[in-house]
Amino acid sequence: MKTYEKSAGFFPVFERKTGPAKEATHYCPGCGHGNVHKMIAEALEEFGLIGRSVFVSPVGCSVFGYYYFNCGNFQAAHGRAPAVATAVKRTNPDSIVISYQGDGDLAAIGTAETIHAANRGENICVFFVNNAIYGMTGGQMAPTTMIGQRSTTTPQGRLETVHGNPIRMAEMLATLPAPTYIERVAIGDSKHIMKARKAIRKALKIQAEGKGYSFVEIVSACPTGWKMDPVHARDWLLEDMLKVFPLGVFKDESDSRDENSWHRRYDAYEPAVVDEYLDRLKSTLGEAEPVALENDLHCKFAGFGGQGILTLGLLLSQIGMRAGQHVSWFPAYGPEMRGGTANCSVNLCGSRIGTPLVENPNVLVVMNQPSLDAFADQVTDGGVIIVDTTIVEGRPDAKRLRPVLIPATAIADEVGMAKIANVVVLGALVAATGCFPRAFCEDTLRAAIKKRSLVDMNIDAFGRGYDFVKNAR
Amino acid sequence: MTDNAALDVPWMEVNGELCKGCQLCLAVCPKSVIAISEKLNSASYHPAYYTGADCTGCGLCFYACPEPGAIRVTKP
Amino acid sequence: MARQFMKGNDAIVVGALAAGCRAYYGYPITPASEIAHAAALHFPALGGVFIQAESEVAAMNMVYGSAGMGVRTMTASSSPGFSLKQEGLSYAAGAELPCVVVNIVRGGPGLGNIAPEQGDYFQITKGGGHGNYRLIALAPNGAQEMCDLTMHAFELADKYRNPACIMADGITGQMMEVVEIPKAQPRTWDHSSWCVDGTPATAGNLVSSIILEPEELEAHNLKLEAKYQRITADEVMFEKYAVDDADLVVVAYGVVSRIVYSTVDQARAEGLKVGLLRPITLWPFPSAAIAALCGTAKSFLAVELSTGQMVEDVRLAVEGRKPVHFYGRCGGVVPGGDELLAEYRRVLGGGSR
Ligand SMILES: Cc1ncc(C[n+]2csc(CCOP(=O)(O)OP(=O)(O)O)c2C)c(N)n1
Ligand code: SF4
Ligand code: SF4
Ligand code: SF4
Repeated sequence: MKTYEKSAGFFPVFERKTGPAKEATHYCPGCGHGNVHKMIAEALEEFGLIGRSVFVSPVGCSVFGYYYFNCGNFQAAHGRAPAVATAVKRTNPDSIVISYQGDGDLAAIGTAETIHAANRGENICVFFVNNAIYGMTGGQMAPTTMIGQRSTTTPQGRLETVHGNPIRMAEMLATLPAPTYIERVAIGDSKHIMKARKAIRKALKIQAEGKGYSFVEIVSACPTGWKMDPVHARDWLLEDMLKVFPLGVFKDESDSRDENSWHRRYDAYEPAVVDEYLDRLKSTLGEAEPVALENDLHCKFAGFGGQGILTLGLLLSQIGMRAGQHVSWFPAYGPEMRGGTANCSVNLCGSRIGTPLVENPNVLVVMNQPSLDAFADQVTDGGVIIVDTTIVEGRPDAKRLRPVLIPATAIADEVGMAKIANVVVLGALVAATGCFPRAFCEDTLRAAIKKRSLVDMNIDAFGRGYDFVKNAR
Repeated sequence: MTDNAALDVPWMEVNGELCKGCQLCLAVCPKSVIAISEKLNSASYHPAYYTGADCTGCGLCFYACPEPGAIRVTKP
Repeated sequence: MARQFMKGNDAIVVGALAAGCRAYYGYPITPASEIAHAAALHFPALGGVFIQAESEVAAMNMVYGSAGMGVRTMTASSSPGFSLKQEGLSYAAGAELPCVVVNIVRGGPGLGNIAPEQGDYFQITKGGGHGNYRLIALAPNGAQEMCDLTMHAFELADKYRNPACIMADGITGQMMEVVEIPKAQPRTWDHSSWCVDGTPATAGNLVSSIILEPEELEAHNLKLEAKYQRITADEVMFEKYAVDDADLVVVAYGVVSRIVYSTVDQARAEGLKVGLLRPITLWPFPSAAIAALCGTAKSFLAVELSTGQMVEDVRLAVEGRKPVHFYGRCGGVVPGGDELLAEYRRVLGGGSR
């Protein structure tokens, strides 16, 4: 015996629906939404998918989809159902996710979400009810409204030159490589209806088999918005709409795709796994006994991009961190750096650091002339100013400041790499300020430099900078 | 209706309270065995009804009907 | 000790991972992009979700999706992108979905610039999207807090089923400091009573913000309001430095509080009795703590990277009992310590500017 009757994919009684008549839908007589709902509910039931299904209702007349479907339900913002559906599927790849949308929702306000969910090939089903009108808000023009069709916002009929042409979403999306299956069907005559049913079932099957994204566009009547009785609406759909929206399969790779070819990993939260992972992010400098810092350092490092200015700051910061000091490093970021200049502020302090910005450094490193011009005046009285004399022609005020004039780039060349001038400068800085013992700094450098082959060269550069200052005394 | 069951032939039934009188079922029935009632239901629609014989149980009216619970077709 | 020297933006991601966050949705924007970079690296490596969305609108609605699944989830952006998240934030607040949204505020209005600012205070603390709702708003002022307050934000979001926001500025995001890497926290949350996670156990649930009947929607709003009252009563966080005997209480948050902190001792060395009150939660605002100082303080000074937004909340807290002054820079200009000291002298000396 075969019975055609209300599917268990629907709630037996629509308790969420407001008002009386809790077994009838809220849709107008002859509205195609109801037909599509029936086909979806039936397929969910027959394929045994109800328990793990999530139905995402859009904004439009089907905003109340959650009144009806006996599964998990989300109500999404206008146009955003594909984004919500994407996240739902990604956070439970075993769920069956339906993004159900009207033409305003899918092809106007949600165009971006629609295209990108398709382009990512999300393993979801998008059921697109194209009724050529905004039903819910009172019959306004939709992106799919037909040329000449009257709507409340095209009272003279849609004009190509003014309003553009009806959008064919199925054809557009079929140009993308990712989607598995794209078909346009109709709630028209019986043949159409049975094809629509088949397409909806096929889409859900594709998802259940893990084969990827399906898009079924369903040309459907809105008798109310069209201001027609349901039978005339159906006839208009058959005679006029299908000329503009031809039915057919625009893409079908369901046979060539492997089961579960759409695979996205999702693991639930395991604190122990995260702990193990976070442990790998910790500093590899190794533990050291705290090293006292006699005077807090407020440093500014400035020069051209590419001179390793920011790295110089980072290396000193790491030494400070390993010594157990409070440290902050702040780079000039964004367009400030585009001009080819670079600078950063570094604080090394025995106690909590206030502002991370260094307005008045007690150590300034300048590796180009503009930096000397810009920052020398800001250095506190008696502050150290380290100048790379290979590059900078000017000389700082030796009465007010403690200049360290070092041909860092030339020394770096001798070491074998001009780019390592920043480490020569670091050696000079440590010697000039006496902030931390040489050996402690060298140990830190050994641990901090990731590329093993460069360690010796860095230690050499550091040592030469350090010795240059010590020997000049 | 029990008659049909007893006769072991297909039949359709309309839940007159859930029907919205859209007549789409009439339009698709190959046997033209559905009609519209003169009476109004409590939602003020003229519901469809089965004229009582010759239904083949094809189910086309069921899928043409937008209402989940309005039509039931039984094919023994 | 598991420590690392890291950017504030990276520390946010570490905090999120340790809090059990499993899904990150983002869209690039300076100066917040490092958060997306770190998330792209770490989330998939841990079996979580990372998607670079097509827009901030989509990213926030993806957050809505994962949050509705009962999963800890987040997004991050900077001001123009945060504006685009307002839609999703309103829906998430309406549907009572816990999630964390980070705003590394930059200069505005419009495209503005990428320099640090605090001009989004109103948008974050007073709403921003449509309807009666509140965002829990936390304002870290250093890399460690970027990590710790992100964790706390997830806790609060879950505890109250409400979106929580981290409001930081370009400096706090870009700056590197030593961060103690936290332990991953035990899983304390269970949302199976309301979430929809695609399993039979939750198939009867609904994630939605639509309530048609006016009386029912009013009741829902009143329920939300009662929740906001509880948050206001229980979750205020602030820090005080040298305020108990202060003549001038400076109120500042985020990077500005760091600058003010640097000036307090200098001011006191000059004989100016200045103290700092730093709101850590911007909403709920530490109004009671400020009001309590009205007895001892002679005046208040709000310092902000804006043309005067938080100062309104300070005035509401002080209720006219003491003068409330304002000093602000904006557009990405950050006041120097000397500039602030001059302002303290002016305010305490009764001078005019
Ligand atoms: C952001 C936003 N803009 C506008 C609306 C109002 N609105 C509700 S439904 C709708 C159009 C729905 O049309 P469609 O997607 O074609 O669905 P239908 O009602 O025809 O099924 C609009 C514009 C809204 N809810 N949210
Ligand atoms: S307005 Fe149109 S789309 Fe909306 S329920 Fe009525 S017929 Fe259907
Ligand atoms: S099942 Fe077929 S024959 Fe019977 S009433 Fe319906 S459409 Fe007519
Ligand atoms: S299609 Fe359904 S709702 Fe319409 S008249 Fe027939 S039974 Fe009634």
